[in-house]
Amino acid sequence: MDFLRIQPIHLDVLREIGNIGAGHAATALSTMLNKAVDMKVPSVNVTSFEEISEMVGGAENVVASVFLRIVGDAPGCMFFMLPVDQAERLLEDLLVGQTVQLTNGDESDISLSALQEVGNILSGSYLTSFSDFTGLNLQPSVPATSIDMAGAILSFGLFEVSTVSDYAIVIDTAFTDIERQDEVKGHFFLLPDPLSFSKIFHALGVPLDE
Amino acid sequence: MSEIIKVGIADINLVSPPNTIRTTGLGSCVGVILFDQVKKIAGMAHIMLPDSSLSKTPTLNEGKYADTAIRSLYDMLIKRGANGKTLKAKIAGGAQMFKFTSGSEMMRIGPRNVERVKEELSALKIPLLASDVGGSSGRTIEFNPENTLLTIKTVNAGTKVI
Repeated sequence: MDFLRIQPIHLDVLREIGNIGAGHAATALSTMLNKAVDMKVPSVNVTSFEEISEMVGGAENVVASVFLRIVGDAPGCMFFMLPVDQAERLLEDLLVGQTVQLTNGDESDISLSALQEVGNILSGSYLTSFSDFTGLNLQPSVPATSIDMAGAILSFGLFEVSTVSDYAIVIDTAFTDIERQDEVKGHFFLLPDPLSFSKIFHALGVPLDE
Repeated sequence: MSEIIKVGIADINLVSPPNTIRTTGLGSCVGVILFDQVKKIAGMAHIMLPDSSLSKTPTLNEGKYADTAIRSLYDMLIKRGANGKTLKAKIAGGAQMFKFTSGSEMMRIGPRNVERVKEELSALKIPLLASDVGGSSGRTIEFNPENTLLTIKTVNAGTKVI
């Protein structure tokens, strides 16, 4: 991926993908929790590999995450990531009457499976709207969960891009609980594979200069 | 005052006492430490991928690949006065952060990184004194060139020293 060919309009296109995709996901989350969920305007950044973990509080910050591969016309990686205490509260809202502990090694199968299902629903709705918007055929892989250091998790999404660059284009949408807007609850990260960018731009009628 | 020298992702750095050297959030990546116990000099690389032939860029970031990073770290240490014949190694990382039912090659990147690191070390005849690799936990590692101990912190499996 040659970042010099990326113009502001291309970043706008990617931001719009984040906007629509995460908008649908936030609506799904809001429906699931039966309360309002707000999202920030997505940020699209050309980031160094170091900076990407800074977006979620540093490489060592412990997060609950769901990861999936996007397969089809424009492959890439998608992460749904949130602070552990927020994930616990989210799962407690869903698994009424249960106490959820995610970091002491004795997390129950049901809470991990619930986290995976939440990730599945949210990333599925993100991806469906991304696919509808672009007309590209995109399918999610089976999601996988991990509760661990943000850096260790995010680096898993960087292998494809790392063979062509030391930078990644990350479409990051943060979302918040509407009652406490100052607090960022979680992130959706979309990391298209390097070859996917030209396909996405082409599908939306703003090709890169050849 | 001692300092902690940081090694970023796909990065290489050197250290001598009283400083220590550290890298955070190793997942499938592998942290490689080469050290000369007599001269008290050490270096660390944070490797992402097994082989530089995977690179599709005109200029190569040597710190990113097992083959180029280890050789480059070796050269840096020799240039700083380390004795190539007495260099030893410790490694940590190479986890599989996510478990998938269908395992594509990219999903096995952690074990592949570890295999390649071991091959490079044996090609350079550097003995591997200790390793903490595999599993499914992220690791933060810190090496002290004074006592040559490597401290490994994980979220789920506590802290150990090798």
